Amino acid sequence: MNETTNGRYILDIQELSMQFGGLRAVNNFSIHLEPHDLQGLIGPNGAGKTTVFNMITGVYTPSAGQICFLNENITGFESFEINQMGIARTFQNIRLFPNLNVLDNVRIAYHTHAGYSLNDAILHNRHYKNQEKELTERAQDFLAVFNLQDRQAEIAKNLPYGEQRRLEIARALAAEPKLLLLDEPAAGMNPAESSSLMDLIHFIREKFDMTILLIEHQMRVVMGICEKITVMDFGEVIARGTPSEIQSNPRVVEAYLGPGAAALSEKFRRRKVE
Amino acid sequence: MLKKISRQNLIFFGGLLLFFVIVQLAISLHLLNDFWNTILRIGAVMAIVSLGLNLIYGFNGQFSLGQWGFYAIGAYTAADITYRWSNEQSSLGLTIVLFGVLLVGVAILYIRRVLSRIRGLDALSAFTIYFVASLILGIVAVYLGKLAEPVFNTVLRLLPGVVALQIVYIIAVLVAAVLAAEISFLFGLPVLTLGSDYFGIATLGFTIIVKVLLDNSDTMLGFQEMKGARGMVGIPKLTSWFWVFLFLVIVIVVMRNMLHSSYGRAIVSVREDEIAGMAMGIDVAEFKILSFVIGSLFAGLAGGLYAHINGFLHPNTFNFIKSFDPMIIIVLGGLGSMTGTLAAAFAWALLLEGVLRLVLPQGFETWRFVVYPLLLLLIMLLKSNGLFGDYELPFLRQIIPPLKKKLDPGLQTPTSTPASPSSAQKAIE
Repeated sequence: MNETTNGRYILDIQELSMQFGGLRAVNNFSIHLEPHDLQGLIGPNGAGKTTVFNMITGVYTPSAGQICFLNENITGFESFEINQMGIARTFQNIRLFPNLNVLDNVRIAYHTHAGYSLNDAILHNRHYKNQEKELTERAQDFLAVFNLQDRQAEIAKNLPYGEQRRLEIARALAAEPKLLLLDEPAAGMNPAESSSLMDLIHFIREKFDMTILLIEHQMRVVMGICEKITVMDFGEVIARGTPSEIQSNPRVVEAYLGPGAAALSEKFRRRKVE
Repeated sequence: MLKKISRQNLIFFGGLLLFFVIVQLAISLHLLNDFWNTILRIGAVMAIVSLGLNLIYGFNGQFSLGQWGFYAIGAYTAADITYRWSNEQSSLGLTIVLFGVLLVGVAILYIRRVLSRIRGLDALSAFTIYFVASLILGIVAVYLGKLAEPVFNTVLRLLPGVVALQIVYIIAVLVAAVLAAEISFLFGLPVLTLGSDYFGIATLGFTIIVKVLLDNSDTMLGFQEMKGARGMVGIPKLTSWFWVFLFLVIVIVVMRNMLHSSYGRAIVSVREDEIAGMAMGIDVAEFKILSFVIGSLFAGLAGGLYAHINGFLHPNTFNFIKSFDPMIIIVLGGLGSMTGTLAAAFAWALLLEGVLRLVLPQGFETWRFVVYPLLLLLIMLLKSNGLFGDYELPFLRQIIPPLKKKLDPGLQTPTSTPASPSSAQKAIE
């Protein structure tokens, strides 16, 4: 799976730190993503995972360290610029445009590719009409890919939870990003829903040749789809490796279950082997 | 589909034309007396201000009480220009403001292009640059205006008096609108970075500042003809039903066309969720400014029209209490509903300025301001999303294009069968 193109990372984060007053939310965080990677970022609540996402997408400006995307330093860029460069994200608590219909939710993501000026829009000239028609058709095709085409006129907030998630992912992908950040996509989903989400993530990765970094709490999902996992605790990276390496890492168990738990789980495993 | 849309346009514009002709006939045949004529024109003016405010608050989500201040700026600017022309035979006001708005407008557009290349420039520094540039160009415009005045005077005097007056009037209304827009740009640049509530308070402050300046316009600003708190008289009454209706239609069409485009969707996305909008590549700050400037442009335009209805302006008209009028109109009509705003603006003028003035006995006009909040309270309790809610006239409604075709199933996601045991599920088991 590691198809390295000239050894280039699509996302290269080095020693990123974020200080909120006296609280060091993230400390010396580094991660590298190669094209077509699917990596996971896990950790107990408050470990700083979402803060990392917020720094990558420009919601926060890091106190130290740098973020390189496609060999360009994007540290301190504005959110919308980062999106326009090709990083899209979803949110932990779904952030759709709640009172707009499904089609408009996706069409807003196309704004950067609209291809007509405000003057064209006000005059409603031919150029506007052609561009707008093309844009709408693209959005509709896109909804069809995500099985939401029959919902296009529905108001986003009236959709069932699972479809809202799907719409949020669809909207993030509509802007044609090169890197997709998913913040707890399986939150609040039942097992059946989360396995269909796993299929969806696989599908996206293959169809759009996407690089994906995801935060997830459901171990089943993370262990099931990620090739490489980074574990954070109290703002620091405590482990990195394949799912099986992570599962047997005593520091990870300790971070999740408290001190002493590692020894206990080791004992438990040995007994199981015997 | 194209045919259907053009039929809709036909019905809309046909209906507008019919409405215009009927009212115009009623006015020309003296079926409608001056009182009701004025009420109708004030209704149209209120509709323009309220549409502008609806763009800012209803569509963009920025709670602004500054609309009335920009309305006042538009009114006094246009009034001063036509006053000077009709009473002093001087086009000095016209030339200065015309050169001013042109120079500042070009400068703003140019500086904006230059500044967009600089990363991480904070709003206050940007404001300082724009402000200094505008100030310098404003002074330049005064000199240029004085130089150009004789030329303008001679050219305008070549035309028949009535035509020249109409030309001066239209240019005055337009430059007043652009001036209001430019001031709103300068003001909005630093202030729009504030959160929504603080923005509301800052804009309220703006309205109060404008009112105080108008109270002292003869002493502090040196405009003798504005006569400060005594009120400006002698403005030519040029705003006919034709002009006010024409401008209203232009405002409706411009706003509708803008909202039905990607730019309109971006404006609405700011109201819906700023953070999500940013994450979708929407430059939130830019769209806040855009809708604020266009909303204020409409306010300035309405002000210019209003000044020439009664031929009399008084700072009390622009009191901050009155700045709640357009706010109440858009809440009544429904935030984010153009149809509702139009209906509520005319209803506001007809009922509160018209019917209640006639029905209530002499000296009880102030009771309107008891009826007014009560009406609002009732609407809020009974129909909290405004009289019209989501309803729009067919012309103003956004049509969702029907699906063109079905994609072949191979392209679709596997999510349609959520319960089936998936490959991924098998992988972990």
